[in-house]
Amino acid sequence: MSLLAVHDLAVARGGLRTVEGVSFTIDAGQALILRGPNGIGKTTLLRTVAGLQPAVTGRIEMPEDAVAYAAHADGLKGALTVSENLGFWEKVFGGGDIDRALSAMDLTPLADRPAAALSAGQKRRLGLARLVVSRRPLWILDEPTVSLDAASVLRFADMVREHLAQGGAALIATHIDLGLDAQVLDLTPFRAKPAPATRPAGFNEAFA
Amino acid sequence: MIALLRRDLALAVRAGGGFGLGVAFFLILCALVPFGVGPDTAALQPIAAGILWLGALLACLLSLDRIFALDHEDGSLDLLATSPLPLEGAVAVKAMAHWITTGLPLIVVAPLFGILLHLPPAAIPALLGSLLLGTPALSMLGAFGAAVTVGLRRGGLLLSLLVLPLYIPTLIFGTEMIRRGQEGGDMGPPLLFLAGITAGVLAVIPFAAAAALRVNLR
Repeated sequence: MSLLAVHDLAVARGGLRTVEGVSFTIDAGQALILRGPNGIGKTTLLRTVAGLQPAVTGRIEMPEDAVAYAAHADGLKGALTVSENLGFWEKVFGGGDIDRALSAMDLTPLADRPAAALSAGQKRRLGLARLVVSRRPLWILDEPTVSLDAASVLRFADMVREHLAQGGAALIATHIDLGLDAQVLDLTPFRAKPAPATRPAGFNEAFA
Repeated sequence: MIALLRRDLALAVRAGGGFGLGVAFFLILCALVPFGVGPDTAALQPIAAGILWLGALLACLLSLDRIFALDHEDGSLDLLATSPLPLEGAVAVKAMAHWITTGLPLIVVAPLFGILLHLPPAAIPALLGSLLLGTPALSMLGAFGAAVTVGLRRGGLLLSLLVLPLYIPTLIFGTEMIRRGQEGGDMGPPLLFLAGITAGVLAVIPFAAAAALRVNLR
């Protein structure tokens, strides 16, 4: 069964289309890597699939409440400790295993440290550990390896592999090779044709 | 939802959370007014109700932009929007957390500051009742303003301009209730209006604010 099916999707950022005509499916146990140059619309596509913004055209099919989204910002509260940060998301998402999440990203020794005292890489690891706690089947990850060192990247790849082995799926935008056995989708051919008018769609009609 | 409430309260109480800011502002205002208009009862008593309500209103306004702006900056708002928690529920909970950290402390200290402004003791129950009924509406309307302005840098000015007109009915009926309490009149009508405004706001605003948030997250 496919966890995510995208048909002929077009997305827009700031009223301008970035990519269009994108179709793919991800089955349980599979990962899809999105590639493409800066500004092609990887983040916009991921936010659209995660339900944070509407698609311009096209359909997105997935089971309800399937998505765990991780973006550039980790959503951490500096005044809370590492385990309190995770504990909050554990309660919001309804019962994940905090200890397993901590050990998956090697955060157990830091559990009682305030998140404000973590390094950038450690914060990122905490943001990724949240995915384990969320217990959602479909992970949507936007540049997950930013500021991670080589060892942490391997650790993260292991975490994704384990998630896939348990019947999960992942949609990842990244520029580096994670060493995952995954399909790769390059967005470059789907770049939107430049619009004839620079005004947003519907602008001229509104004044006709 | 309880998890979100507990997190917001924990964040407010810990370092840099801004807990007590509202009360401190309230204290400054109520302590300075007698210096400005003179300490005699004849001058202070007629304006005490108005000053107390204005103080509560402005103190509430002071911390409004924190309701969503901080969560938006660090990305938690995106994560909350994709979590199982309905956004409407998140708005309601965050407004409640704001009320507990600013409205409730104000209510607790208001009788003391009432004495500072020569409010007669007979009017204290009216003061407490009006604040208890009115301040939840202030927090919830503020949450709406904060939701509308969440993506803007330095949105505080716009937020104040948006929210202050919405506060006027609560201000009018709140002070009217205290004034009637002071003069021994019938407190019923302003009390009912105040309660009605708050009930309406609590019922409708979470949906409006959640819709505004969804637009701003795009």
